[in-house]
Amino acid sequence: MARLTEENVRLAREIIGRYPKPRSATIPLLHLAQEQDGHITNDAMAHIGELVGATSAEVYGTASFYEMFKFEPVGKYLINICGTMSCALMGGEELMHHAESRLGIHMGGTTSDGLFTLEKAECQAACTEAPCLQVNYRYRYRVTSENFDTLIDQLQAGELNSEIPAHGTVASVRQHIPADRGVGAVAPEDVTEGPAWLDGKAAL
Amino acid sequence: MTSNPGGTWPHAPGFIEGDRPRIVTSRFEYEDSYTLQRYLATDGYSGLRAALGRPATEVHDEVKNATVLGRGGAGFPAGNKWGLTPQGVWPRYLVVNGDESEPGTYKDRLLMERDPHQLIEGCLIACYAAGLSQCFLYVRGEMALAQERIATALNEAYAAGYVGKNILGSKFSVDIVLHWGAGAYVVGEETALIESLEGNRGMPRLKPPYFPAAIGLYGQPTIVNNVETLANLPWLLRNGAEAYTAIGTATSPGTRMVAVSGHVKRPGVYEIINGITTFRDLLYGEEFCQGIRNGNELKAFVPGGGSAPWFTPDQLDLPFEASQVGPAGSMLGSGAIMVMDSTTDIPRAALTLTRFYAHESCGKCTPCREGGTWLERILSRVVDGKGTDADLDQMFEVGESICPGAFPHASNEKLGITAVPFPYRMNTICFVGPSAYAPVHSALTLFREEFEARVTKRTLIPVTAVAQ
Repeated sequence: MARLTEENVRLAREIIGRYPKPRSATIPLLHLAQEQDGHITNDAMAHIGELVGATSAEVYGTASFYEMFKFEPVGKYLINICGTMSCALMGGEELMHHAESRLGIHMGGTTSDGLFTLEKAECQAACTEAPCLQVNYRYRYRVTSENFDTLIDQLQAGELNSEIPAHGTVASVRQHIPADRGVGAVAPEDVTEGPAWLDGKAAL
Repeated sequence: MTSNPGGTWPHAPGFIEGDRPRIVTSRFEYEDSYTLQRYLATDGYSGLRAALGRPATEVHDEVKNATVLGRGGAGFPAGNKWGLTPQGVWPRYLVVNGDESEPGTYKDRLLMERDPHQLIEGCLIACYAAGLSQCFLYVRGEMALAQERIATALNEAYAAGYVGKNILGSKFSVDIVLHWGAGAYVVGEETALIESLEGNRGMPRLKPPYFPAAIGLYGQPTIVNNVETLANLPWLLRNGAEAYTAIGTATSPGTRMVAVSGHVKRPGVYEIINGITTFRDLLYGEEFCQGIRNGNELKAFVPGGGSAPWFTPDQLDLPFEASQVGPAGSMLGSGAIMVMDSTTDIPRAALTLTRFYAHESCGKCTPCREGGTWLERILSRVVDGKGTDADLDQMFEVGESICPGAFPHASNEKLGITAVPFPYRMNTICFVGPSAYAPVHSALTLFREEFEARVTKRTLIPVTAVAQ
């Protein structure tokens, strides 16, 4: 547990190369580490610090600000139920109570089989589809108690494996800038002139 | 939609049928709206081509003339914002604010998921017009599908020559970098967004400077624009400022996306005409929300995101026009309308918002960090029936320490109160603190009797009696 693997270091360097300053890659690399291990380990933070030029304490300082980064293992499926106004008006709190009793855990807890972690979440931008929840950041809309039970059954049976990756992976598609198409990042101090297209003439 | 397999759970259409102006949602009706193929078949990247056929300053003027109001919350015209960069300082950056997380707000996510190429084209036009040499597209961490759709779209656009080096074979070159956050509401504040993009804790910067256009990312001039704002640009460049300003009113041209949630018959995300459509049209109109659920009475509504002071039925006839909503005591904010019907428990509803802001305080400013938490605790106690009447005034007192002076609220005929206009004064460097107070203040001002029914009346013992 667990520095970044060789393949992830390659990805990390590609990501770092897109930014004018390496430190900007801190959060993307933390996501990469969480994708690798399911949560953020001390070794990973030290490794990320080496890659972006920060101390591990600085990396932890950043990481600990953001809710999506977990420093201890969570369930394979992180279920975030929204508790903010639009969802609360449409039964969000009742849904939380139902989820707690169905899974036999409280908000913030993980089931003993390590499959589910329940969290109370803040507004998830699906307000017209209240109450909503996310499983590893994949949405479920207008969730009733019955919907919730079905969802849990399906997750337990592994029926949603292709749609919902294990906790850690957020987007399953990566940006890739082809070498011959990218402009490339330049440190701001190395830029002294305005862009070429600002010469008063049309670009095309 | 992949996130709704089999369509078992319904989802907001995001567009309105019929003959209405559709500037940003025109492709939403297509199942494959997010693909490059569909985009190119529906005028895609022709706004960019039109822009590159003109000098950059002319494109900037076109956007200025159209008065494209910022759709993130503050409503500042985008063209003017671009003009705030200091002369001769390079490089300049574009940071796209896709960290949509204001309670009730649901529009940027749809624009990113359903029409990512439109956003990319908007970013390119902005970079060209304002001389911005790199673009960072900051998407909220929790929005996996939006990230995937944008990553795919960017990969397609790079391969096809729409992004990167010598775009469309011209001298215009710019990289767009997809970056996503990791869960923090305050990062929607533009200086906090920049801090986060630099790899730091997402805490807002001290002001002045008030605009990162002066000092932003890496200390360089930086334009931060909202997703919906940029999504307007391809249409604008295709059709011109005159066509844009022909929709809506002179001070609020074009359309805007609004999300109506809560107790209406047909909650949804709608593209409405700016400055003209009223709250009544939206809440009761056949093409929109079709009235309050179960035929109930409307009790109150939040007109512009969780941070906005509340309105009651008295304000239903106001249009989506900042110059009218401001004096009436609230703001249009991020286009989020949350509707409460007569069955709503008002103190509890207010608590769901105040709890949000108390939780999301970054902790930098004491009035917000402490005040927000105090408000949440006191309100919690009142909701649980454990409060006293002194708690009610205590909440105003705490609020006063976050926002000194009169706090904006709506007029109310029944209560005989007149409006206090928006905005407020504040003791914090961003709007999170005042936002924790707004729902408490509105609820207490407009529905005090509901709080009083919940609290124990204390008998005050005179000081003289204690002294004896």
